[in-house]
Amino acid sequence: MKLSIQINEGPYQHQAADSAYQFTKAALAKGHEIFRVFFYHDGVNTGTRLAIPPQDDRNITNLWTELQKEHELDLVICIAAAQRRGLLDEDEAKRQGKDANNIAEGFRISGLGQLIEAGIEADRLVVFGD
Amino acid sequence: MAMKKFLYMNRRAPYGTVYALESLEVVLIGAAFDQDVSLVFMDDGVYQLTKGQKTEGIGMKNFSPTFSALGDYEVNKIYIEKESLEERGLTLEDLQHLVWEDEDEDWAEKDSIHLVSSEELSKIIADQDVVLSF
Repeated sequence: MKLSIQINEGPYQHQAADSAYQFTKAALAKGHEIFRVFFYHDGVNTGTRLAIPPQDDRNITNLWTELQKEHELDLVICIAAAQRRGLLDEDEAKRQGKDANNIAEGFRISGLGQLIEAGIEADRLVVFGD
Repeated sequence: MAMKKFLYMNRRAPYGTVYALESLEVVLIGAAFDQDVSLVFMDDGVYQLTKGQKTEGIGMKNFSPTFSALGDYEVNKIYIEKESLEERGLTLEDLQHLVWEDEDEDWAEKDSIHLVSSEELSKIIADQDVVLSF
């Protein structure tokens, strides 16, 4: 089955962030296709490379980066939600005149149209949130 | 692109969290994709459509006027769960009057808002291809 994933909650704050990762990993292991993973609301904070969780805890960002590398996942961070919360890639940082960017490897920033497209193209859109 | 039935489920009050505002942002962007769109307002989500919102006191942007533009985006199936409204002591009179113009009937103005029971709503939800919950 072709699946799209939407993540509405922030890492470490809410289990939705972990459940979405575990679900995606399990779906891939079962041979399902992941069309896209879309990060929305506080979910966009998953894409920062500047987070430093304690060493004896999971690093949710790194887990996604590794899974992305392994399966060439399309990890999309919503630009509107990202701008509010200070999540920037190099192009956005330049365009907005900011002095740094913080996006993690394997993620990309794009518009909400990508979420609608994910809903259209996939057999199921699975939403993780409160 | 295939036409699918998209339903946006709004369950939260307008300003306590950012979900309501960011849901409306998805609806507006999604309107450009020519899909069959429905909106549901239930639980505290019914407060999003109340008339006369004033947000100066909390220093937040009042985004409720945007709902009246939905008809122009052909977003005209707006379902309000009857039980949620009643539990909160509200009636349709407390909500904005949202309308759309029907091109097929000489641009006749029609109500976008439909009051539905919890049971009717479950059928509407079951009939969708994509349900986005906020």
